[in-house]
Amino acid sequence: MAGEVKTKLSKNLLRMKFMQRGLDSQTKKLLEEEEKKIISEEHWYLDLPDLKEKESFIIEERSFMPCEDLLYGRMSFKGFNPEIEKLMIQMNSRCKEEEVEVDDKMEADVSDEEMARRYETLVGTIGKKFLRKRDQCVLQDEDEDGNSNTRPSKKAKKKFLKPQD
Amino acid sequence: QYVPVKGDHVIGIVTAKTGDVFKLDVGGSEQASLSYLAFEGATKRNRPNVQVGDLIYGQFLVANKDMEPEMVCIDSSGRSSGMGIIGQDGFLFKVSLGLIRKLLAPKCEIIQELSQLYPFELVLGMNGRIWVKAKTVQQTLIIVNILEACEYMTAEQRKQALAKLSGK
Repeated sequence: MAGEVKTKLSKNLLRMKFMQRGLDSQTKKLLEEEEKKIISEEHWYLDLPDLKEKESFIIEERSFMPCEDLLYGRMSFKGFNPEIEKLMIQMNSRCKEEEVEVDDKMEADVSDEEMARRYETLVGTIGKKFLRKRDQCVLQDEDEDGNSNTRPSKKAKKKFLKPQD
Repeated sequence: QYVPVKGDHVIGIVTAKTGDVFKLDVGGSEQASLSYLAFEGATKRNRPNVQVGDLIYGQFLVANKDMEPEMVCIDSSGRSSGMGIIGQDGFLFKVSLGLIRKLLAPKCEIIQELSQLYPFELVLGMNGRIWVKAKTVQQTLIIVNILEACEYMTAEQRKQALAKLSGK
């Protein structure tokens, strides 16, 4: 008969991953803290008082550009180089209005209203694509009704007809 | 003597073309390097057409006293925004750094007055180099002379000189 003497497992064995799965969170924490203690005792550290880092009020800036708000170096006058003239306007307005972003308004080929109209119908047509077949049939009826009120709707919604005996 | 500073736009002269990297003379103590991929729309297959002796307008990506300065012709969003190879013709000359600062000031009278004369194109590098191009050689040289001389002229002398020119 095996005695009640439990073989003591070594600490290292207990520290292994497969042993830790069974542990509760509390014992895990205890183990971690113990490990930390061991590590911190081995770490070397300076036994000096903490020196306060002086906040220096001097910032070193080696370029002239921000100091004097200089312009962009490439310039063109009287339409010599139209691309550079466009750039000049862009760059110089960027300097002055840094917070407000200048939106490039591209000249629209299609006006906003037309876009809105097209989009409305677009939603409808694409929506139809995803309808189930039966609903599509109903939609067709509705459209036909809408177009020609005089024509009586002959097609009723097709239901499953039970085969008669 | 110009000291390269990060973010500065300068005019460089291509002195060497070694493999994937160009060496540019920017008027500093060291030559700057410029990778061929640092142009807008450049890929390994689509290389920029840069020859030795070309002028390039770019900005410094890296510029400190411990490392060789590095230039790029592209900004942080990937667009060239005016940087790159400066075209054919035109005239490059050197002025002092102080004059460049004066010329680039937001309301520079010299530039405003010059712009009234005739159409021309101007590129100012922070390293003291200016490139000018106008329609005729004579006009170009006039602008060059004015820019060089206006460092030591008073405002009145300048206006007199310009009045003479526009009178002609």
